[in-house]
Amino acid sequence: MGFDWIFAGELAINGALSGLMYSLIGLGIVLIYKSSAVPNLAQGALAMLGAYIVLAFFDGAGIPMWAAIPLGMVVMFGVGTGIERFTLRRMAGQPIVMILMLTLGLDIFFHAVTLTLWGGTNRSLSYGIPDDAVEVAGMLIDFTYLAGGIIALILVAFFTYFFKTRKGIVLRAISDDPVASWSVGISVENGVGLSWAMSAVVAAVTGVVFGAIQGVDYTLALLLLKGIAVAVLGGLDSVLGAVVAGVLLGVLEGMASGFLDPLVGGGSKDLVVAGAIILTIIVRPHGLFGREDIERV
Amino acid sequence: MFYRQAGVHHSNYKTDSALFPIPFDKWSIYTMLALGIFAPAIFGSFALTSYLLPWMIWAGAALSLNLLIGWAGQFHFGYAAVMSIGGYTAIHATLAGIPFEIALILAGLMSMVVGVIFGAAAMRVKGLYLALATLAMQFVVDWVLTHVPAIGGGASATLQAPDMTLLGFKITSEVGYYYVAFGWLLLVTLFLLNMRRTGFGRALVAVREKDYAASILGVNSFYFKSVAFAVSSFMGGVSGAILVFCFYHAVTPEQFTVNVSIQLLAMVIVGGLGSIIGSYFGAAFILLLPGALNTLVAYVSELLGLQIGIETLAHLPNLFYGILIIGFLLYEPLGLAKVYDNIRKYLMVWPFGYSKR
Repeated sequence: MGFDWIFAGELAINGALSGLMYSLIGLGIVLIYKSSAVPNLAQGALAMLGAYIVLAFFDGAGIPMWAAIPLGMVVMFGVGTGIERFTLRRMAGQPIVMILMLTLGLDIFFHAVTLTLWGGTNRSLSYGIPDDAVEVAGMLIDFTYLAGGIIALILVAFFTYFFKTRKGIVLRAISDDPVASWSVGISVENGVGLSWAMSAVVAAVTGVVFGAIQGVDYTLALLLLKGIAVAVLGGLDSVLGAVVAGVLLGVLEGMASGFLDPLVGGGSKDLVVAGAIILTIIVRPHGLFGREDIERV
Repeated sequence: MFYRQAGVHHSNYKTDSALFPIPFDKWSIYTMLALGIFAPAIFGSFALTSYLLPWMIWAGAALSLNLLIGWAGQFHFGYAAVMSIGGYTAIHATLAGIPFEIALILAGLMSMVVGVIFGAAAMRVKGLYLALATLAMQFVVDWVLTHVPAIGGGASATLQAPDMTLLGFKITSEVGYYYVAFGWLLLVTLFLLNMRRTGFGRALVAVREKDYAASILGVNSFYFKSVAFAVSSFMGGVSGAILVFCFYHAVTPEQFTVNVSIQLLAMVIVGGLGSIIGSYFGAAFILLLPGALNTLVAYVSELLGLQIGIETLAHLPNLFYGILIIGFLLYEPLGLAKVYDNIRKYLMVWPFGYSKR
């Protein structure tokens, strides 16, 4: 049997598109890490919360989808600000294990809040993209994946631009040296709060994009591992790295599920994701595009 | 009041350097020990098997993890994976006809090997990246358990634990299981209590505080990190084997998912990093409180005539669990051990609170 190029191409393209969507969740982690060096392990739960909030506006309040999504993003902006204001700000100066545990606690908390309020049954969410596929040169490409990939690219382009604006430069200064930025009059708290808020908004978008594909339920929170893989592979403080790593991971994952799954009996996606994290950390801990930290004794 | 210093006078070096300068400490430990030994006679069968037994096993596991996080300062976010290796090894070994005592040691050794592989990441990175690497390795181990039939017994299979015979006694009763868990917890506690005061323990603390500085002082930080991973994983593996044999009586991959790792981490952190009594408190707190809160919520909702759905009720314990973790980190980062210490220090000079020690 010859190598099935069409099948491989289809896997690669759909993998790259879902990879672009993974870069959304990686982007959320990167945004926070970039400004405050806090790895947000609650990003998956935030995505889940965002999707449920959008659904609550749409189903519960009967607001049309084009208005429900921005409303959800506004609410998530508030949630992000609140998280920073009431938890992370008080943790400044604590050892990193405490901060990691705090974000894990937030993850458990938001996970439980969402399920307590809205229940665990899978619900469908659609933002107007037909659940259909287009055929390009014999390869089937899903519209929902295509739309998700495009949204991801738009967001990444926006944040790349954002970090060149005045506000973005302020955030970069904070990430470079919080104490020095403080001394020149930058409000570090507001900057970090803003980055949490932006990350929560990105999480809402992530939730909607993935919710349109797999439905809205607790599995959205499991995206966290892919987000970590993307963020670590691309470099925890690199927006561009998140895209490249996302595409890379998506293609690898697609190939693995296409060619390895029949051999090992399924589930090789998870292995690829975990393997990407481990290999990156052992070979090049700062990732593809991240900045290497030099430790002073 | 209880922890009286009044009347405790040291007139020679021998009493001054005694293990317990405060008599109450000594008596409280004797009381706890006696309670532990006579627990099967005091508590009913239900309390013994559903509260005391899991508490002792998880306290042992939390202590093993505390050695790594609290003393050596190396993060491990995939500890349940290490425990699962122990559980699976012990089951496979006993099924192959190896005596249980040796199977336990094999379980520890196997976990040690895997744990040192986990720790290999510590050779390269530390802190956050080590945490993420161990978290990822948890998923690799999960994958192997579910996808390699020779180990996991096929997709989502359950392996029954065979009967256990320890030192010539056939252990089949609840009381027997309890004593096995109790004995192991006692061993782990004694080991940690003494380790703190040895050169090994001191070296671990030096590595925790600053590994570069420790290296400069002649403490081979890489060696001690690896040994910490090895020792902790050995203890974790045996704890996992005991958990499987004494509590679950069977092993499936679902018993050792990443949530269990997070739960163990919560026990250690809520209890207090680097504190032995803290791990006891933490294990009890994390194991028992969600259930207790659930009962409380059900009771209150019935009292107030509220209609709470089954699903809401099912997720509420997790909600409280998250709030507890966040609350502890925010308001008492040093954990329950610090709360205990505060009470002890307050009572030490009670009622003369103004005479600070």
